[in-house]
Amino acid sequence: MSFLQVQGLAKRYGDAAIFDRVDFAIEQGEFVCVIGHSGCGKTTILNILAGLDVASAGVVVMDGREVCGPSLERGVVFQGHALMPWLSVMSNVAFGVRSRWPQWNRLQVQLHCQKYIDMVGLTGAEHKKPAQLSGGMKQRVGIARAFAIQPKMLLLDEPFGALDALTRGNIQDELVRICAATRQTVFMITHDVDEALLLADRILLMSTGPGARIAETVGNPLSKPRMRQEIHHDPRYYKVRNHLVDFLVNRSKTYQLEEYRHEARRRRRV
Amino acid sequence: MRQQLLAGVISVLLLGLAIGVWHLATLPKSGAATVDSEYAKLVGAQAAAGSKSAFPTPVDLGRKLLDHLREPFYDRGPNDKGIGVQLAYSIARVLLGFGLAALVAIPVGFLIGMSPLLYRALDPFIQVLKPISPLAWMPLALFTLKDSNVSAVFVIFVCSIWPMLINTVFGVASVRRDWLNVARTLEVSPVRKALAVILPAAAPTIMTGMRISIGIAWLVIVAAEMLVGGTGIGYFVWNEWNNLSIANILSGILAIGLIGMALDLLFSRLQKAVTYAE
Repeated sequence: MSFLQVQGLAKRYGDAAIFDRVDFAIEQGEFVCVIGHSGCGKTTILNILAGLDVASAGVVVMDGREVCGPSLERGVVFQGHALMPWLSVMSNVAFGVRSRWPQWNRLQVQLHCQKYIDMVGLTGAEHKKPAQLSGGMKQRVGIARAFAIQPKMLLLDEPFGALDALTRGNIQDELVRICAATRQTVFMITHDVDEALLLADRILLMSTGPGARIAETVGNPLSKPRMRQEIHHDPRYYKVRNHLVDFLVNRSKTYQLEEYRHEARRRRRV
Repeated sequence: MRQQLLAGVISVLLLGLAIGVWHLATLPKSGAATVDSEYAKLVGAQAAAGSKSAFPTPVDLGRKLLDHLREPFYDRGPNDKGIGVQLAYSIARVLLGFGLAALVAIPVGFLIGMSPLLYRALDPFIQVLKPISPLAWMPLALFTLKDSNVSAVFVIFVCSIWPMLINTVFGVASVRRDWLNVARTLEVSPVRKALAVILPAAAPTIMTGMRISIGIAWLVIVAAEMLVGGTGIGYFVWNEWNNLSIANILSGILAIGLIGMALDLLFSRLQKAVTYAE
């Protein structure tokens, strides 16, 4: 049995299904990315995994237990960083740490937070307020906050979507390094094919809704450690990249149609 | 910086202009006028004869203000108290009524803001009660509370509760979903969520409500004290009208303005202290 098991997941509003019969599994220590067009329900799936949203059908089982609400075992990095603007960087990170280890004293909390602030490269900015930080730095704080509670699984909702290319590259490198060091299990949503190829061990491709599905699962053929400066020289890189882009441009829309034809053919046979 | 200086200069010029016009308007007129003898007794022989304006000149007011400043806290019986004593009574009533209103409005506003059900259930009451002039409650307060002092505090309580309540409800109800989700994923207890997430997030809005409330309370206390009498700056102004001491009325009006400004300044400081940049 896999570490995370998602079976028959669906979200419906009335008769309209955003996504339907979504099945996938994630192994411990695996980094999985989901790619798909806007509106296919990626964020809803992530929220269900986080326990913030409730599925209309299906189950999510993590580490042998059903997910039925938010938990400190799953850290979330939100799309819009969601830092509390009235707290300093240190206090934002400490906010979660105090929940995770309520018995710790002030010094223990501070030392622990400092370790994660250093890890995301924000040493020296501990006492700044989020408004004094750049977009990239804010997202680093969000990542530090999620890692600092040492969750069994990390959920990232397009964490770099709002960043410029250079900053994004830097934080991606950090994330690669941190994940390699901590063997963190990660589920991440992205729009960026290159980002997925750099970070993910496996990439889930979602078809366009309504009634979206996981249309394909693509294993990343590029071996670890993957370096941002090198992977595009790998001969396999463009083959798999083209495959992903083709999916987004063409197959994500025709997938549904193919499915229906398939179904109809099957019925005729019976 | 330059603009600030220029604005200061214009302010001083405008003040000078106003005082100048006032001075010219209250210059003694030549020639005797015949006036009613009762009126002459009230305003004094000079004013009655028309050689001196019944309305005090800027200099008269200045002298009066100096008198008040020299001895603001004297107390010579129920109808002769220093302006400082009267202001202290008014401020005490306002702070008491306002404080009680805050103790009710903020926790209740929290509950209503967190529960859409409560919001819907209580909204009609709030909408009806909010536009009632606080002074309309005065007879009812006097009848049930049987004490003019307590009634004045009650009127302040009633008038300051609505802006605080409505702003607290609004502030609590519009806390960003993201922050609440962060609290949920971190398994934060409801009490800690209320104190460490919702309260600081809503604090600027709540503080705006408090600032509006204290302003209204200070407006209302003058009228309330004119009604209940006895002590307070409102009573002072009304009493000086009965004494026909226009200079004292003007002193009272000026004091009301200055204290009102000080209260507003205090709350704008507090507001700034809890405001966060996003």
